[in-house]
Amino acid sequence: MSELPQRQTDIGPPHYSKFLHPVIAKNYGKWLYHEVLTPGTMVHVAESGDKIFTVRIASPRILSTDTIREHCEIAEKHCGGHLRFTSRNNVEFFVDAESKVAPLVKDLEAKGFLLGGIGPRISNIVHTQGWVHCHSAATDASGLVKAIMDELHEYFTTKELPNKVRLAVACCVNMCGAVHCSDIALVGVHKTPPRIDDVNVKNACEVPSTIASCPTSAISPNPATKSVKIKLEKCMYCGNCYSVCPAMPIADAVNDGVAIVVGGKVSTLRSNPTFSKLVVPWIPNNPPRWPQVTDAIKVILKAYIAGAKKHERVGEWIARIGWESFFKETGFEFKLQHIDDFTFARETFRMAATFKWT
Amino acid sequence: MSKKKYDSPLLDELEKGVFPSFVTEIKRAAAHSDMANDLIGHTELCYKERVTHWKHGGIVGVRGYGGGVIGRYSDVPDKFPGVAHFHTVRLNSPSGFYYNATVLKELCDLWDKYGSGLTNVHGSTGDLVFLGTRTEQLEPFFAETSSRGWDLGGSGSALRTPSCCVGKSRCEWANIDTMAITNDITQHYQDEMHRPAFPYKFKFKAAGCPVDCIASIARADMSIIGTWKGDIRINQAEVLNYSKTMDIKAEIIDMCPTGCMQFDGKALKIDNSNCNRCMHCIAKMTKALRPGTEQGATLLLGSKAPIVTGALMSWVIVPFIKMEPPYEEFYDLIDKIWEWWDENGKNRERIGELIERLSFPRFLKEVGLEPSPAMVKWPRRDPFFFWSEEDIQR
Repeated sequence: MSELPQRQTDIGPPHYSKFLHPVIAKNYGKWLYHEVLTPGTMVHVAESGDKIFTVRIASPRILSTDTIREHCEIAEKHCGGHLRFTSRNNVEFFVDAESKVAPLVKDLEAKGFLLGGIGPRISNIVHTQGWVHCHSAATDASGLVKAIMDELHEYFTTKELPNKVRLAVACCVNMCGAVHCSDIALVGVHKTPPRIDDVNVKNACEVPSTIASCPTSAISPNPATKSVKIKLEKCMYCGNCYSVCPAMPIADAVNDGVAIVVGGKVSTLRSNPTFSKLVVPWIPNNPPRWPQVTDAIKVILKAYIAGAKKHERVGEWIARIGWESFFKETGFEFKLQHIDDFTFARETFRMAATFKWT
Repeated sequence: MSKKKYDSPLLDELEKGVFPSFVTEIKRAAAHSDMANDLIGHTELCYKERVTHWKHGGIVGVRGYGGGVIGRYSDVPDKFPGVAHFHTVRLNSPSGFYYNATVLKELCDLWDKYGSGLTNVHGSTGDLVFLGTRTEQLEPFFAETSSRGWDLGGSGSALRTPSCCVGKSRCEWANIDTMAITNDITQHYQDEMHRPAFPYKFKFKAAGCPVDCIASIARADMSIIGTWKGDIRINQAEVLNYSKTMDIKAEIIDMCPTGCMQFDGKALKIDNSNCNRCMHCIAKMTKALRPGTEQGATLLLGSKAPIVTGALMSWVIVPFIKMEPPYEEFYDLIDKIWEWWDENGKNRERIGELIERLSFPRFLKEVGLEPSPAMVKWPRRDPFFFWSEEDIQR
């Protein structure tokens, strides 16, 4: 191997100012307004009168170096090499004149990139690693995202909705993607307790921290095996013990699946941020395209489009019509699993007789 | 290279359809990487058996660092030797996720040399994620990248890579310089990021306004959210222009959560003392309305995903702070919060959970923050409150 360069430590990331488009650098902090021009383009206008046009394309988030180089080539040809990525993993290109937008768009489309995601639409789905790269995944994330977006891509590229609909996928309840405040989110769930590998618990795990990891105190010492035991009726299949102790695997090919939660948001527009709430407790993993999951999402979206007023997010629409009406509109079965029995249960009970008949 | 070609009928199905495919990405990398090639076979097996085949991460990393690399091993290494080790390297992204082609291509070349050729741009926390390499490649990749000005991000019980929205770089709503703040925090706390010494992870996210494009309120232990005092700036001529194409009463006035706006067809009036700065009107009439000019941030603390005792959103601990360099007041507060967390937190207990366990009043008292009605939705309804010794007559 050739000689390696001298390593540096604790230098932090490169300063962002090295990467800013000159128009962005010049008008930093002096922007006046912006307008969405098309589902994939917008313009920001500065107090100076300068304009920066942003063109946005979809990304599967898992990117090969080959694809990143293609992004770079387009950025070099049209944008002076400048590009950025959004918090939802889209790619954004910048040009400083309206006349430069069309040639950029043409090249992006010629390469097969999908423009869109801006305005009252479905943007890219925030998601986690899934079976592609995670040990605790109860479902795949990238595959679910691909299957869903193939069905809903028109809401990325063209069609409008009452407001933005933010989708997210987390492949287990650890929720690296923090999907718990999304308009529609999927979360991989287990339905069975972890299996204890006594020999490896003894050899590889710290028993006290394994016991302490359980939120329902279902795990206790097992002196006979120098391992642990689980009170099965207390286990809620969160998998936290498996995160602490690898000798307690919880993955179950038949019983793992996907739950759907809806109605969350993070912005304060009109109403405060809200958590997403459970609407479908479990759908079996049915790769590669999870048809029952995509069908359920389409049911939710259809009801939202039919029922929401302009500017209402999914959660605001449901808050207005009532959750009992949501179940009626979507036809989802309301089950025992929908009623909270955990930390925040009591605040979810209806302490008034003012529900609607459904 | 001696490459085994895998049949992947299930994954191939995910190359069909309109949306960009992760399978296509893996296959592109597989054309020049044995690791990516074996990832196809490995992932196909996961799809076929409907279960993950990754083992728990082992402890791997680079010299002098306690994080930034996530160990990952296949549980079927004999079948797929290319992914026997498939570690992740997290590089700290620049604030705002801005790059140029030169540096990205350079990183791509390095990753093709030392890793699988696969990335996540970005990971959930905001790192530039390099997906899949062997233990012996970690030091060389770190030497090559760090010598070019890059550093590792956070992992484990440490400060995680702070991230932010575009802020003042390309948004007229930014009340704080999110990118400058994020970069400053990152540089200020390099040791806390690279050498895990916390009870558990700690995340900062900075949003320029309450629209919160970075989802800080849901995903950051400390959410720094830009806000303002005083009057929303109105351009009445632009309001009139909007009135030609928009039903201002239905879409703006009636949707204002505090009912603080009036429009008589000629001029828009806002009772700013009743505005809660939700951003709806500003976001819908971008040319007509702008946030006020006395700008700063609200600090909120505690959000996290459901593991273990339920999801939390951050809640207000400092109603208003200027957030200007050198951020002394901010860093003083962070140091106090971390000290309190370090003293009281259990292993794997996030700051939000600790406050829930020990109580919010105790947190405020012990880190020295004054209580404010801005911190609660309503005062307590039960009569079981504590007093201090100084409140009692003896």
